[in-house]
Amino acid sequence: MSNSLLLLSYLIGSIGFIIGLKMLSHPATARRGNLVAAGGFLIALIGTLVLYHDSNGKHLHNYGWIFAGLVIGGIIGVVSARKVKMTAMPEMVSMFNGMGGLCAALIGIIEFDHKVHLPVREYLLLNGQTISILSDATIQTGLILILLIEVVIGTVSFTGSMVAWGKLAGSIKDRVFKGQRIINFAMLAGIVVLVIYLLSICPRHFQIINGELAGLNATLQISNTAVIIFCIIILLAILYGIFFVMPIGGADMPVVISLLNACTGVAAGCGGLLYNNAVMITGGILVGAAGGILTILMCKAMNRSLKNVLLGAFGSAAKKVEGGATHGSVKEISVSDAAVVLAYAHKVLIVPGYGLAVAQAQHACHELEKLLESKGVEVEYAIHPVAGRMPGHMNVLLAEADVSYDKLLEMENANAEFPATDAVLILGANDVVNPAAKNDPSSPIYGMPVLEVDKARMVIVNKRSMKPGYAGIDNALFFEPKTSMLFGDAKQVLQALTAEIKQM
Amino acid sequence: MQILISFFQQNINMIYIIVLSIFLGIEVISRVPSVLHTPLMSGANAIHGVVVIGAIIIMGTVEPGNVPAIILGFIAVIVGTLNVIGGYVVTDRMLEMFSKKKRKE
Repeated sequence: MSNSLLLLSYLIGSIGFIIGLKMLSHPATARRGNLVAAGGFLIALIGTLVLYHDSNGKHLHNYGWIFAGLVIGGIIGVVSARKVKMTAMPEMVSMFNGMGGLCAALIGIIEFDHKVHLPVREYLLLNGQTISILSDATIQTGLILILLIEVVIGTVSFTGSMVAWGKLAGSIKDRVFKGQRIINFAMLAGIVVLVIYLLSICPRHFQIINGELAGLNATLQISNTAVIIFCIIILLAILYGIFFVMPIGGADMPVVISLLNACTGVAAGCGGLLYNNAVMITGGILVGAAGGILTILMCKAMNRSLKNVLLGAFGSAAKKVEGGATHGSVKEISVSDAAVVLAYAHKVLIVPGYGLAVAQAQHACHELEKLLESKGVEVEYAIHPVAGRMPGHMNVLLAEADVSYDKLLEMENANAEFPATDAVLILGANDVVNPAAKNDPSSPIYGMPVLEVDKARMVIVNKRSMKPGYAGIDNALFFEPKTSMLFGDAKQVLQALTAEIKQM
Repeated sequence: MQILISFFQQNINMIYIIVLSIFLGIEVISRVPSVLHTPLMSGANAIHGVVVIGAIIIMGTVEPGNVPAIILGFIAVIVGTLNVIGGYVVTDRMLEMFSKKKRKE
């Protein structure tokens, strides 16, 4: 009875995940979808805590440890998720994802220890009288394969996410060295070879550590060689995760996080297979598949292939282009002149980018927008799908500042509006407005859809300095005659503009 | 080969679940506006936190004397919970901002 209730709770949990994910993909139902998924998880969790028992009918023990872990993890989770600034959201997601990967890897490691001790007696009773030691170990081989997949993917996801977290937070810099691609490939190949080798020796490397086999009271243990190989596999997975993310540029981080997110899903699904646990399988594999598709969608928004992103071709191609691209000089504009331009325009389009996010300038931006509207200027926002650090990042930020949803133009609509726009105000965006993507086939971002701001009558660019954006390439837009630069922190500049316009 | 066949036979139900889940995951996500990419990634991130259930099971079945396993399992429960709770709260915070807009319109 209690077992069927447990299975029912897993079924409800799985349905919760599916419906939740479905609702999450529509703007109107997204928030409720998240709650539905959380509800599904809660039911599966309570079911496990109350009803779970193993094949011998024994209930769970160590409840003290379990609840302590749940409380500690829960408190840290809620506090960090509540405290985090909206601009730091991508790092946060990456960090949580890494924690999930670590959890999956740890489960695999403990289970490995468990799996390599075979109490012969138990297996003989379970599987009938005819089973031999060898086939006993054979059954284990399939499970050990899944377990190794779980450990490897979980570990790579953990260390990779931690590096991505550090990179987005700015504490880890991009590092590329010669032959990195070869070393990465060698590590991956090494992992695969060792996994196959370990699987092949597993059935033969069991030895009796105590008791008599004939008396069915023996325990089998795997040999030390196998344990050492297991440890080497983990070590390689740790290193691979680090080296895999290290050369990838910050602009591509969202894609990487999404990919690692899918990986953790697969690792969780493998954990479910180990325990025959349906809710873990559905939850994990669902996220694995959805995360994979999401990764591809994100790549499409940037008009890049996944292979291109992962091999870090961006960084290496950019270096070659850098030299010859500088031309002409930039024109600066003072805050008061910019204020005049904006205040006497009929139509202003604001292009927000990462600079706005870093400066936490979304509220100041909304202030300026309201002030200009009160002066009869038509103000709208042009949102590039990958502006900021994550797709949709700008929408989240501007929504936080109460910017009305229908003022946000998607790229196609915005591009149609630029020719009728008097002034474009670019706030810390760079690569997403780079005309080279349209007219310079040698540029590494050639072919990426961009906002065609150069079609507007005048462009004011707010940046902190002339430093290139994440793609590491110069932007010809800044040197065009109709472009004026307004250097400074986005928030301070916006506040100065607002003060200036108020005095007019 | 024999290993694969016996494994396949034993786990056929689970393999069905996996295959159907893959198609479902792809189908559900395929037409999503780019505005929702970030919250969706965050929500999916919370869902795979279900791995914590595996950590709880392993924690609850480990022999009391096995100290290394208890320590590792304890860490697994903590980080798994962190993933799941933090993930849902962060996603909710992101989506709260969207729904605030919706009501005012």
